[in-house]
Amino acid sequence: MAHAASRPFTRRAPRRFAAVILAGIVSALSLSMAAPAAADEVGLDEYDFKISGLVELADEPLADVLLVVEGGGFRVEVESGEDGRWAVGVPEKGDFTVTLDENTLPEGIAVIDPEDETPNVREITVGQSGSAVANFFIGQGERNTVSLFDQVVERLFNGLNFGLLLALAAIGLSLVFGTTGLSNFAHAELVTFGGLMTLLFGVVLGWPIWIAIPIALILSAGLGYVNDAALWKPLRRKGVGLIPMMIVSIGLSLAVRYIFQLFVGGDTQQLPGATDTTLSIGAFGLSWTDVASMAISVIVLLGVAYFLLRTRIGKATRAVSDNPALAAASGIDVDRVIRVVWVMAGALAGLSGILWAYFRPGVSWDMGFQILLLTFAAVTLGGLGTAFGALVGALIVGLFVEISTLVIPSDMKYVGALVILILVLLVRPQGILGRKERIG
Amino acid sequence: MIDWILLFSNAAQEIISPTTAAYALAALGLAIHFGFTGLLNFGQAGFMMLGAYGFAIATLTFGWPVWAAILTGVVASIVFALILGIPTLRLRADYLAIVTIAAAEIVRLLFTTNTFEPVTGSANGLQGYKGGFEALNPLLLFFGENDLIGFGPWVYNPYDWWVRIFGWSLVALAAFITWRLFKSPWGRVIKGIREDEDAVRALGKNVYFYKMQSLVIGGVFGALAGMIFILPRAVVPSNYQTSLTFFIYAILLLGGAATVFGPIIGSVIFWVLLSFFSGFIARAVEVGWLPFLSNVQAGQLRFILVGVAIMVIVIYRPQGIFGNRKELAFVK
Amino acid sequence: MSSSAGAQGAPIKSTGLHIGEPAPGVKKVDPIIVADNITRTFGGLTAVQVEHLEIPRGAITALIGPNGAGKTTLFNLLTGFDKPDTGEWTFDGQGISGIPAFKVARKGQVRTFQLTKALGLLTVLDNMKLGAKGQSGESLARALFPWFWRKEEQAIEERAIELLTRFKLDAKKDDYAASLSGGQRKLLEMARALMSEPSLVMLDEPMAGVNPALTQSLLDHILDLKTQGMTVLFVEHDMHMVRHIADWVVVMAEGRVVAEGDPHEVMANPAVIDAYLGSHHDEDLGNLDTGVMTAIKELADDDADERKE
Repeated sequence: MAHAASRPFTRRAPRRFAAVILAGIVSALSLSMAAPAAADEVGLDEYDFKISGLVELADEPLADVLLVVEGGGFRVEVESGEDGRWAVGVPEKGDFTVTLDENTLPEGIAVIDPEDETPNVREITVGQSGSAVANFFIGQGERNTVSLFDQVVERLFNGLNFGLLLALAAIGLSLVFGTTGLSNFAHAELVTFGGLMTLLFGVVLGWPIWIAIPIALILSAGLGYVNDAALWKPLRRKGVGLIPMMIVSIGLSLAVRYIFQLFVGGDTQQLPGATDTTLSIGAFGLSWTDVASMAISVIVLLGVAYFLLRTRIGKATRAVSDNPALAAASGIDVDRVIRVVWVMAGALAGLSGILWAYFRPGVSWDMGFQILLLTFAAVTLGGLGTAFGALVGALIVGLFVEISTLVIPSDMKYVGALVILILVLLVRPQGILGRKERIG
Repeated sequence: MIDWILLFSNAAQEIISPTTAAYALAALGLAIHFGFTGLLNFGQAGFMMLGAYGFAIATLTFGWPVWAAILTGVVASIVFALILGIPTLRLRADYLAIVTIAAAEIVRLLFTTNTFEPVTGSANGLQGYKGGFEALNPLLLFFGENDLIGFGPWVYNPYDWWVRIFGWSLVALAAFITWRLFKSPWGRVIKGIREDEDAVRALGKNVYFYKMQSLVIGGVFGALAGMIFILPRAVVPSNYQTSLTFFIYAILLLGGAATVFGPIIGSVIFWVLLSFFSGFIARAVEVGWLPFLSNVQAGQLRFILVGVAIMVIVIYRPQGIFGNRKELAFVK
Repeated sequence: MSSSAGAQGAPIKSTGLHIGEPAPGVKKVDPIIVADNITRTFGGLTAVQVEHLEIPRGAITALIGPNGAGKTTLFNLLTGFDKPDTGEWTFDGQGISGIPAFKVARKGQVRTFQLTKALGLLTVLDNMKLGAKGQSGESLARALFPWFWRKEEQAIEERAIELLTRFKLDAKKDDYAASLSGGQRKLLEMARALMSEPSLVMLDEPMAGVNPALTQSLLDHILDLKTQGMTVLFVEHDMHMVRHIADWVVVMAEGRVVAEGDPHEVMANPAVIDAYLGSHHDEDLGNLDTGVMTAIKELADDDADERKE
């Protein structure tokens, strides 16, 4: 069987190249990305007492609302986070006021309370327990009466959107597992990296988004390459077992996640165009970014399918994924296949991260980690090691997560997906498309 | 100038701190799961959470006495172990890892959600459950509540001492039990299971049952660790994320996964080093030695350090400090 | 059934084990295992399809056949390591189909594995002690109190050392089993299996990977088992060994039993010859690993197309 001739250039060159690029990015990041203004948790380590709360609009958490806490000559500002929560440390017990800055509320929304003159100001006392709570539930009385059908359709679309971007991350994870046996916990950081790079080039450096995204994708692919070249291949050569490798990936994910936080801070920052809701279909809002995200996902997934089914390397990938020993014995260059898989996984994860940044919306240091477990759930559900299984699993997880919010509270929506994962594993441990392994 | 004495004193305090004891006990439980039995339990944070919340809720919502509250936490962890074990112990190792993380996350989400806020305090957690425990303090027979006892860097009031005595006694008891168990025929079966389940099955042992027992014992240790953890502080759900389990793994690998002393000494070394390192970086930033880092960033360095340490230990010395490389089952 | 203690070297074979003509599924005078209608399929492939099989007690039975004939699968089914699609069998008159492997082992049926499972991370002595049945120290409650099991442990240790001496492994008793050679590990696995005082010993390719110097010693140990009244069933490819010590031979091919009889008759049986040399025996490999094979086939087809252009 004819195969690619031996490489004309040494293997070192691409590695050095990648290292230089990485160093460049690191220095760029350190100069630019430390986030401004308030985070959603301020001073909790410095002071002994705590004031915290929740900001909700019509029962949905409201992020990036500014609150000012004052009392006893002390003043601090804080913004509500992704989950609507905020917390500040205060130096002593006593009376405090919490003021919600209505300028930071969405257009046309204000805190209304017929019985209160200053409904956006709360007076609270930090007493013996050492902490106090001030919640703002806005618009509780005025419920948006959206019909059940419209709600279902909206969540269906959201679920599809989420499932598709999850599939991009899941396929990479599944292929890496299939070809190398590694359960890569650091995959989450590949996802985050895509979002961070887009932030760096699109927001910090201010380049147009249609340049920033491809650059981010190339860099993500590069990071995938570096992963294999600098870490995983040497470990494989050394004969390190699968469980130690998994633990290495855990350590790596911890370190890289906090390196990200070192540069970006704890905040969530937005990509350009993330908060537009200019398109509306029916009674529910579907922005053009949602449509674009789904379209891009579908196109890329079709591309991946074509790759696996039609191209040489794709078929070789399927062979290695199924049975590395047999594939190697048939003359397939397993190392090269694995390298290609890592580059692909990096690029797909990066794209997934960018789409995730538009879906959440927001780029943060741990955005990948937040969906890591769901990604694993998708892969396991669909069948570890099969790309198409990952797709099926991801769609199921995505749809389930969104549709389950019709019956369970939205802050528990991941619970549903995780429960489904456990249930499927009980009934069919190999996943939906996986194959049972023989004993003995 | 950097106050070195303060730096060393803070680090020295970590040697007997209740947090160190809690992590040591949790790591001991994980040693039974992973080190001795080969179970990839990544949900130890979930067990700790159940112990902590079991104790706190039993005290606050039901008003039960201390011994009943402790029992509640222990029973909760046993139930969790059974629920976790019955379906998953038949699965492959890496499946168990994913399922245990998922289960621990479900537990955390259930305790954080607003739906159960009256009982769990949701994201704010619980406080004010220490009264019963405080009252049991034998030191109060000899000292007043606010007396300061001790020497050198180890000066605390009677409550703080009581927490330490209680915590470390539990650790010692758990260590003794573990040591006894693994010198016994039961321990022999477990070690066989760790290496090759089918071989042990072929010798007539009910492998599934042994794995379940191991899961339960390690889980109970985790629950007790959770209780020690919350005695000097409050119950806050965000403390029990997956990173907690990863820290415990770091300690376990550092000390030696299949040893009795490993988790304990590992915990001490871990916290002493971490305290010293964090303190040093923080002071260095203040004094201006590291102008490119802010205070907040200094705090993040320690996580990076832990992550890198895990990687290095597993690659170059997977048996940790006290372990025996010849007995390592997870390194193939 | 007749047998007697061996005289100078050549093993005395048991004869008269069967009732009627030797054919697949023939009844035995004193069967220890009686199996009916066992089938096991993987995907589309039928791995085992045995209508009736009886294993004679107190004799050494060899299970032979080409690769992929289903011998190890049958082993796994009989010992509870795999679940059949259909089938019932009895051991010593007790129905044991469908009961899990560890319970089968407790009933007196012990097996070894093709890829030796000497527990390398335990010492040789610990390996042996693990093999003993009914240890009270293995119960969690009693494990904490050595007082309960110390005497028992001592008795077990004595028996273990005795067995190790018989297998000439006693000098290594405190070494980790991983430090033993391949052949020594086989011996350890066999010695360990004897700790539970079984009535049926099932050996999966006991000669595989053993250097010729050790073969005779291994054969003697197996013969020893028969002298002590145990029944032996083993899977083997080594025809010399089969001819040398087997009292009865069962031949499998493509999942079925194609012949039964004493070693000399069976070797001359045309059905057996066909099974080993016939045109069908390479079919099995192609049906497994369908995913890989499809992908590799597609690659090969692409290559062929390229060359045509």
